[in-house]
Amino acid sequence: MEQQAVSSSSDVVDRLEDQSKNTGYEGLVQRAENGDLSLSILVSGVHCAACIQKIESKLSQEQDISAVRLNFSTKRLSVLWTGQKERANNFVKLVEGLGYGVRPYTPDQAKESVKNQERLLLMCLGVAGFAMGNIMLLSVGLWTTSTETMGVATRDFMHWISAAIAIPTIIFSGRPFFKSALNVLKSGQTNMDVPISLALLLATGMSLYETINHGEHVYFDSAVMLMFFLLIGRYLDMRARGVAQASAFELLSSLNDFATVVENNTTRRVPIRDVREGRYVRVSSGEAFPVDGIISEGKTMVDTALVTGETLPRDAEIGDAVYAGTVNLSAPVTLIVDRAAEDSLLADIVRLMEEATQGQAHYVRLADKAARLYTPMVHSMALIAFIGWWGVGGMSVQGALMISITVLIITCPCALGLAVPVVQVLASDKLFKSGVLVKSGDALERLAKIDTVLLDKTGTLTLGVPALTGTYDAQEMKVAASIASHSLHPLSKALCNVYDGDLLEVKDVKEVAGRGLSCVIDEKAAKLGSRSWCGDVNAKPSEQPELWLSVEGGAPVRFIFQDELRTDAIHAIKAFIQKRLKLIMLSGDQNSVVQKVSMACGIGEYYGEQTPPQKFEFMENIKSNGGCVLMIGDGLNDAPTLAGADVSMAPGTAIDMAQNAADIVFMGDKLFPVYETYETAVRTQRLVRQNFMLAVLYNIVAVPMALSGMVTPLIAAIAMSGSSLLVIGNSFRLRLKS
Amino acid sequence: MSVLIYLIPVALFLGLLGLGAFVWSLKSGQYDDLEGAARRILIDEEKDQKNDKKQDDN
Repeated sequence: MEQQAVSSSSDVVDRLEDQSKNTGYEGLVQRAENGDLSLSILVSGVHCAACIQKIESKLSQEQDISAVRLNFSTKRLSVLWTGQKERANNFVKLVEGLGYGVRPYTPDQAKESVKNQERLLLMCLGVAGFAMGNIMLLSVGLWTTSTETMGVATRDFMHWISAAIAIPTIIFSGRPFFKSALNVLKSGQTNMDVPISLALLLATGMSLYETINHGEHVYFDSAVMLMFFLLIGRYLDMRARGVAQASAFELLSSLNDFATVVENNTTRRVPIRDVREGRYVRVSSGEAFPVDGIISEGKTMVDTALVTGETLPRDAEIGDAVYAGTVNLSAPVTLIVDRAAEDSLLADIVRLMEEATQGQAHYVRLADKAARLYTPMVHSMALIAFIGWWGVGGMSVQGALMISITVLIITCPCALGLAVPVVQVLASDKLFKSGVLVKSGDALERLAKIDTVLLDKTGTLTLGVPALTGTYDAQEMKVAASIASHSLHPLSKALCNVYDGDLLEVKDVKEVAGRGLSCVIDEKAAKLGSRSWCGDVNAKPSEQPELWLSVEGGAPVRFIFQDELRTDAIHAIKAFIQKRLKLIMLSGDQNSVVQKVSMACGIGEYYGEQTPPQKFEFMENIKSNGGCVLMIGDGLNDAPTLAGADVSMAPGTAIDMAQNAADIVFMGDKLFPVYETYETAVRTQRLVRQNFMLAVLYNIVAVPMALSGMVTPLIAAIAMSGSSLLVIGNSFRLRLKS
Repeated sequence: MSVLIYLIPVALFLGLLGLGAFVWSLKSGQYDDLEGAARRILIDEEKDQKNDKKQDDN
């Protein structure tokens, strides 16, 4: 039923006639198993329990709704209802009315399979846990009682029960390891799963043989315990990666939005990817331009901050080019599509990002490096044990094989398999609590290695929104804020943000593109806008953005704005410099502004007026000279660099695409979490290395014991669980210190 | 030792019961949105019974 949504996108086009913004969703409606209609959409802006409740309770008040459920992890809202398909648009409108963004959801095969794998692992883990508990129950009895008191018959009986539990469990829960080992063997290579599978199978097979022949020792408990610990590590690892995949998936869905196409004097909503060159597209004010194009009707102001990093919007009129992803601020315009969505600037950047991400896949994780060293060593050790005892020591084949299997069991990388994922999950959890979201599993590992930090200016070092500076007369503020409340211009919004009193009644508001607003207040003409339009042209020029207010009969008043630095930017940068990291600022903004900001926060090296490809190249250059780069940025212009850098971070205010490209997202108005994340990453890496050392130490003690044939099932169980617990305990030290 | 004849099946049965409960909770999607579940306890439930009965099947 999930494929249906994809194939029906062309139906959507045919049925749409409405002009409103929230249409087109009825095409995504599917029929659920019980005959109800179901709609799945992605909701953005959900970040707490109150959001869940707001959305769910609002929708459940509607008639005929049978179920509403918002999945907080995937941000996916499912609605089930009976009645008409068209109500889908109403639901979307309701959710948007609550202040959340809504996007069509298209199911993705890769995403689904990740989820299924996660479920499978959890199921395997549960079954292994059950089996381990029950076999241990029997084993404790076997360990504490001697055969003399228990009798051979009872011992055999308990061995058989253990076998009856262990064998199906190994077959069921061992699948993730067996499959992976088989795949890798087929391609003529080896990984950690090969010795694991071998140990599991040999230990089980040997124990079964022993059970049949009334042997004294069986290793069912060791085999199942081994599997249980390894599955924990595997599951934690999987979850860390699953989060990363979920966000990559969201990136693509931004191309699933709709555009309003004008045709024969009517308009209809068409998915962006189906908009072709030469079509006319209408964009209302406040909406983002869906495609690249040239304005054919209307005059407006365009906010390009997200694409170019410029703080102030620029004017656009007939004949001017506008780019997908920028926002139409003041008036509705029609544009003729210059390049279709697949060829747009937005799509170019997406492509650049994809390439960058692929380039990054070459990174070999520490755990994999360890596995490459480990596997041949374990195998040769087991082989040496067998040959040594059988060939040289003159033991029976069966006895020698038994010793060689205990070597395999005891060296099996329980502790090694937990060394990385446990610390990583704990670190991510800790960072999450301080508002930092680590999206990819190995981000912290890469972060610990950086030597250069590239920073964007607007929105990263600064807050990205202009704020009013200076003090002004209360009456003038009141007038200015009343006029400003009618505009979407960033400066107007900044004015309204500071003013919290009553607003005056404003009549005849007209927005003059590129100039400002004109209106009538208290029967006097008033203007709010640029210096050349309503200001004092002879006033001392200011380097900051400014807004002029002139009321009929009075002198014009100037309001000055500034894009302020994040409050702790200087503090955070000092901390980085103390760690001997090189800081470089790359910005799309004008050189003079960039210079000023870099002076203010103490960054020695800076480059202004950088285009997205230039930023990307700059980063590539450092990388090819052996540097390891952390990129911090928030705009569309940073997205490729974010994706290509060794590791990247974006603020929570960044556009979706930058957030998706980044490995780590930090929330709030502060920059210091960036440094804290770096510090945590370094500590995490230290703990991981310690864990590896512990695992090696354990092997140094345990392997000679196994080789000498001294290891009984009891010793194997103690050694394995002991080393695993030691590693987990060591990982928890991450939580101790500040 | 004959007591084992009863005790072992009893232990196994109890274990299987637990496993069955786990499998049921997994199948009914209770592990799909762990983060959301952690936050949902903060929501005051009033008359919102509609959502409780049906589980999300994604």
